[in-house]
Amino acid sequence: MPEQLLFAIEVTLNGLMAGVLYALVALGFVLIFKASGIFNYAQGVMALFAALTLVGIQQGQVPFSHLINAIFGTHIHHFPWQVPSIIAIILAAGVMVFFAWLVEKYILQHLIGQPDIILFMATIGLAYFMEGFGDMMWGSEIKTLDVGLPQGLNVAIDETTYGWFGYGFFIDNLDLVATLVAIVLVTVLVIFSQYTKQGRALRAVADDHSAALSVGISLRFIWVLVWSIAGFVALVAGIMWGAKSGVQFSLSLIALKALPVLMLGGFTSIPGAIIGGLIIGVGEQLFEFAIGPMVGGATQNWFAYVLALVFLIFRPQGLFGEKIIERV
Amino acid sequence: MTTDMNADSYVTEDGRTIGPVVMDLKNITLRFGGVVAIKDISFDIREGEIRAIIGPNGAGKSSMLNVISGFYKPQEGEVYFRGSKRPQMKPYQVAQQGLARTFQNIALFDGMTVLDNIMTGRLNKMKANIFQQAIWKGKAEREEIENREACEKVIDFLEIQHIRKTPVGRLPYGLKKRVELARALAAEPSLLLLDEPMAGMNVEEKEDMSRFILDMNDEFGTTIALIEHDMGVVMDLSDRVVVMDYGKKIGDGTPDEVRNNQDVIDAYLGVSHD
Repeated sequence: MPEQLLFAIEVTLNGLMAGVLYALVALGFVLIFKASGIFNYAQGVMALFAALTLVGIQQGQVPFSHLINAIFGTHIHHFPWQVPSIIAIILAAGVMVFFAWLVEKYILQHLIGQPDIILFMATIGLAYFMEGFGDMMWGSEIKTLDVGLPQGLNVAIDETTYGWFGYGFFIDNLDLVATLVAIVLVTVLVIFSQYTKQGRALRAVADDHSAALSVGISLRFIWVLVWSIAGFVALVAGIMWGAKSGVQFSLSLIALKALPVLMLGGFTSIPGAIIGGLIIGVGEQLFEFAIGPMVGGATQNWFAYVLALVFLIFRPQGLFGEKIIERV
Repeated sequence: MTTDMNADSYVTEDGRTIGPVVMDLKNITLRFGGVVAIKDISFDIREGEIRAIIGPNGAGKSSMLNVISGFYKPQEGEVYFRGSKRPQMKPYQVAQQGLARTFQNIALFDGMTVLDNIMTGRLNKMKANIFQQAIWKGKAEREEIENREACEKVIDFLEIQHIRKTPVGRLPYGLKKRVELARALAAEPSLLLLDEPMAGMNVEEKEDMSRFILDMNDEFGTTIALIEHDMGVVMDLSDRVVVMDYGKKIGDGTPDEVRNNQDVIDAYLGVSHD
């Protein structure tokens, strides 16, 4: 096979796996949007906050240590212990569930029946609050996240492909793990929403609030549930992105990459979020590979948004979104 | 034949047994800001009966139904359910107590199939927790099968077998109404509230719906309270009728009594003010 083609295949594979990471973030948006019609601007910050919390717990950091030191003149930073990764992940997930409960109790509860734009504004406020709160709780320095995920070149794939084509594919182990995790996560979510009682209730709430109430579904419970799941998805996204590029403020900006994914896939479709993520991932890698050198490179910065814009013109509801039909 | 309607239970002319009071509303007043939607209304609903609430447009009928189902909270008055006073409750808690309802402007889950919609009616009957559902074998599976069977019975009863797998959003109006009724019926409610079950239907559809309501009451002994505009239908279906006008109760009794009530005649036909 010609070198160029092999290289293109490698780029595509890497694009697919980058797409999986975009899809993970987009998934959090879709879950909340489906169940409550809220576009949760804070989803990216939730991923950052989850990752910060995970690192903090794992390394035995004292929460609010800056604040405590400033008030009492002490010099505490860390507890004298480290927490094993798996336990830290469970605890961080617990924190996200508690966070979901707080959001429902102190924000959503008071905004029932308000126009969507008000709820959207509330999530913007929530995003900036969480950003500051996360800094205050765990400190603002860049942290490395290491929960024992394999990183770097996958030697087996490199050698096998070298044996076949005389050209070794460079595939990052972390991307492979992220792909596997995403597949498991999505499968579990789909099974949950299709086949369990709570899943059925969740779909019901997404469809019609009054009708859901009339069959005995508690909206509060469903909202806490869905924000918890979104928090958990944010944690998974935070772990993957954090392991890749460190836990820092820029992590919250991956949410911006989820926007074109959502426009492409549709705001209400879980498969749409996945396919949209993959298309964006592959699209921007291939575009950079093929066209990038002609236009001076760095096309990844804008390609996704332009693609989303083109999509908006021809299919405003996205690939899998619900068709917008108004009966007259 | 004379029947003493004040007794604990009595048998109607067509042989159905009407039991004791299920739902007792006492001096209900509901205001929206300065507007009084319901003014000091009391009436009761007895087990096994079909109770109609009628009245001209804007009389407060739907508001009354919303008070019973917990969607509106009255400022004054008390609701007694099965003999005990009902505290302030959210609509979903009222539903969990065994009240099911339909809506004037159909509230279904459009994205879900007919079967899934009806299954949501049985959510409260499913007790398996999330872990049991994850394992699936055992309790969760048994429950799913049991509830599915119950739903199939309702589907057969309402003759909607052919659209079982169709997403509700695609159905025509009349069938949507029937699916909504099926969802409410699937909950095996101790009181079923129907908000204008025949609004917007043609004569044939109305006849079908009337038959379903009567059969439901007859076969399952379901207690039904309904709001309806079509006078002929109401008088044929119901055991007792409450008449409302401008938020007040102006009549209450058997269809014959109500038909001969001067206030009711005035409200419907208009009265000359001289």
